[in-house]
Amino acid sequence: MTSSEQALAHPASSADAAPGKQPGAAPGAQGRGTPPTGTDSWRSRLYRWDMKASPYAFIAPFFIIFGAFSLVPLLYTAWYSLHNVQLSALDNQTWAGLDNYRNLLSSDFFWNSLWVTFVIGVISTVPQLMMAIWLAHLLNYRLRGSVVWRVVMLTPYATSVAAATLVFVLLYSWDGGMINWLLDFVGVDPINWRESDWGSRFAVSTIVIWRWTGYNALIYLAAMQAIPADLYESAALDGAGRWQQFRHVTIPMLRPTILFTVVVSTIGATQLFGEPLLFGGVSGSKGGSEHQYQTLGLYMYDQGWIIGNLGKASAIAWSMFLILLIVAVINMLLTRRLRKSQ
Amino acid sequence: MTTSELTLPQAKEKGGAKGERGSRRPRVMGAGKQLHAGPVTYVVLTVFALFSLAPLVWTAIAASRTDRRLAQTPPPLWFGGNLFKNLETAWEQAGLGTAMFNTTFVAATITVGTVLFSTLAGFAFAKLRFRFSSALLLITIGTMMIPPQLAIVPLYLWMSDLGWTNQLQTVILPTLVSAFGTFFMRQYLLQALPTELIEAARVDGASSLRIVWHVVFPAARPAMAVLGLLTFVMAWNDFLWPIIALNQQNPTVQVALMQLGTGYIPDQSVIMAGALLGTLPLLIAFLLFGKQIVGGIMQGAIKG
Repeated sequence: MTSSEQALAHPASSADAAPGKQPGAAPGAQGRGTPPTGTDSWRSRLYRWDMKASPYAFIAPFFIIFGAFSLVPLLYTAWYSLHNVQLSALDNQTWAGLDNYRNLLSSDFFWNSLWVTFVIGVISTVPQLMMAIWLAHLLNYRLRGSVVWRVVMLTPYATSVAAATLVFVLLYSWDGGMINWLLDFVGVDPINWRESDWGSRFAVSTIVIWRWTGYNALIYLAAMQAIPADLYESAALDGAGRWQQFRHVTIPMLRPTILFTVVVSTIGATQLFGEPLLFGGVSGSKGGSEHQYQTLGLYMYDQGWIIGNLGKASAIAWSMFLILLIVAVINMLLTRRLRKSQ
Repeated sequence: MTTSELTLPQAKEKGGAKGERGSRRPRVMGAGKQLHAGPVTYVVLTVFALFSLAPLVWTAIAASRTDRRLAQTPPPLWFGGNLFKNLETAWEQAGLGTAMFNTTFVAATITVGTVLFSTLAGFAFAKLRFRFSSALLLITIGTMMIPPQLAIVPLYLWMSDLGWTNQLQTVILPTLVSAFGTFFMRQYLLQALPTELIEAARVDGASSLRIVWHVVFPAARPAMAVLGLLTFVMAWNDFLWPIIALNQQNPTVQVALMQLGTGYIPDQSVIMAGALLGTLPLLIAFLLFGKQIVGGIMQGAIKG
């Protein structure tokens, strides 16, 4: 375990050392049943069987349900992606080979959706994580009512994608919307947030940023609290100011956490779906009149359930999976490099 | 279960440290010399807090107005008198009444299942020895990367075959277990449950099931409560699969909100009333258990 990983694990270890809870926790465990002895071979056989089988019994529910509703479907999705499956004629599935994939690669809408997913991913993730680090840094000061501040920053997380998006749609409405009204004060002409290319992408990104900044700030805060104080003390002895301490102690120590949040946010951004769908209103699955905010997830939904081509939707799902696998490999390489450098 | 029992040990430690402010806390926490926040910090935090809360407050304001008023400039900045009428319309026309009932049932079932199965599997991974355990744990962690999109086409086709469209078990079953939950419980039990305690119970002849009931569950209770809260929030807000599996005849809250947003009820104030109604239960939960939810997320950070 590297020191950075220990740093990450620290909040848990301090938390888990709950004082005085465990000893009294198992009143019933003592003095019940009979110890297995050699004389009672039936009982000892039962005991051995219990030791062997019960671990598997305990993990079985997870693996059975996960297998049945995630793993098996994942493979079936690959199978369907090689077939022509139409929503209107589900019983009539024919082998299509790689047609669905070929179809995708030659489709402008597919490349558009990849580009849109990437763009929205960047403009929602980068500012979000930077603000989250800043916010975590502020929350790490000794504050009056620190719990209240943390809960307040997390409230957007309680708001569902659907509810949040409906509210932001109204805030961003062209005529009479709060945001254009506020922009008017600083002399900016009203922006057509729904129709413009970058306006709509920016608007969709702000929904993501609003919902997740506080959440990520708490994750950074947990990591910051695990940084040993002596690191700061020695930095201060070397004459480092507050900003230099932040740059040369906090940020390097947070690096594994930052990598972790980047990966999680990337996974989330690749799947982005509900925000652009509801942002578009009645014809939301198109992602705007010019498909200007049709993400990959939205494109899949549109092809599968609006147009009714489930085979193609399956191919889109697998493309999404391949992208995530690439992200995972990059993550692994980066983690290994991080580990080596420490 | 009382609130104090629910409190995370982590949060408890914080509270305990209050008495010995000057001496102990700076060692526990980082951030420079553990400075007291200056006025600038409070100002910036207030701005962040405003950004967090303003859209929610404004939802309530918009829900208390009429549609006509919302279309005018400047937008309303204070409450009007139409709140209850709008809530009633949303409750009846958008089917939010059924939706709230359905979502409560769905989220509660998923929470019970996830907490139970995660504790069992987390215990096995943390404390029991069996073949392939580390490989299986790695697989469990790896599955967190698989997006739900990879499963929905076959699930949809099977569900249509079974005639399960619009039935609640369709949205419950696939989310009844959680890789995150399993890992979360494993990390907790690894440290919170002394191995000697299990061995002592074994010497006394307790079966594994008995150990789970009398040793594991009591030790895991704080983490189970936190996982339950996090799971409930996630289940309440689940979107992608429910909007495919259900429609407005038997919706969850998210499905009903989606219908409101993409449907042809053009009344924005009713839409806002719906959004408010659908969020309210979770806001109340945050008010009551915010501290525990915050603690759970900070503890979950270890999953990196």
